[in-house]
Amino acid sequence: MAEPATTDPATPEELKARIESGIPGARASVSGDGHHFDAVVVAPAFSGLSRIAQHRLVYDVFGDELGGRIHALSIQTRDPQKEAR
Amino acid sequence: MTESQNPLRASIQEAITDNPVILFMKGTPDQPMCGFSARTVGILQAVGRPFAAVDVLPDPRIRQELSALSNWPTIPQLFVDGELVGGCDIVTEMYQSGELQQALGAEDAPVDEPAPAPGAPEAPPLSIENRL
Repeated sequence: MAEPATTDPATPEELKARIESGIPGARASVSGDGHHFDAVVVAPAFSGLSRIAQHRLVYDVFGDELGGRIHALSIQTRDPQKEAR
Repeated sequence: MTESQNPLRASIQEAITDNPVILFMKGTPDQPMCGFSARTVGILQAVGRPFAAVDVLPDPRIRQELSALSNWPTIPQLFVDGELVGGCDIVTEMYQSGELQQALGAEDAPVDEPAPAPGAPEAPPLSIENRL
């Protein structure tokens, strides 16, 4: 088991900032209670990707912290080009 | 711990290959041990197609090997025809849009509520939890 970088409780603000800096052009809205989080992420990087691939981009931002420090992260991904219709 | 000799990972791959619809989950369809697994089971039961289920909780190595194999960090994980479809979020989205019913060959299933349909599904879920 890898130790997380910090043991401070995760916050929605932290997750939002990390998603937005980790995925180019992403905009995220995140809610959560420190353990369970819901994230809605819109990013041009999602364009043309399967849902699996889109979610993997978000998971990759957090790596081993998922299931540990970030107990659960629900993700909805959206392609901004489809959003614009 | 050699990478080349990994019978558990091979068993997981075999289960994925052998079962057209297979869900790796926490707990069993009758007794899910996590809300995300419970919701995913409920959706599959609402679609009404048979599915195999594997409980990852009895041995933490099942989850480790599964995630290494699928490159997907969370549980549950649904596979259809040997391909990872996704976890609870994707399964929910696909159910609401009707894509899941299409993928499972059950287009006539209800698309509004991600909840078990009244009445029994066409076939009971196949439990292969003790197989790994």
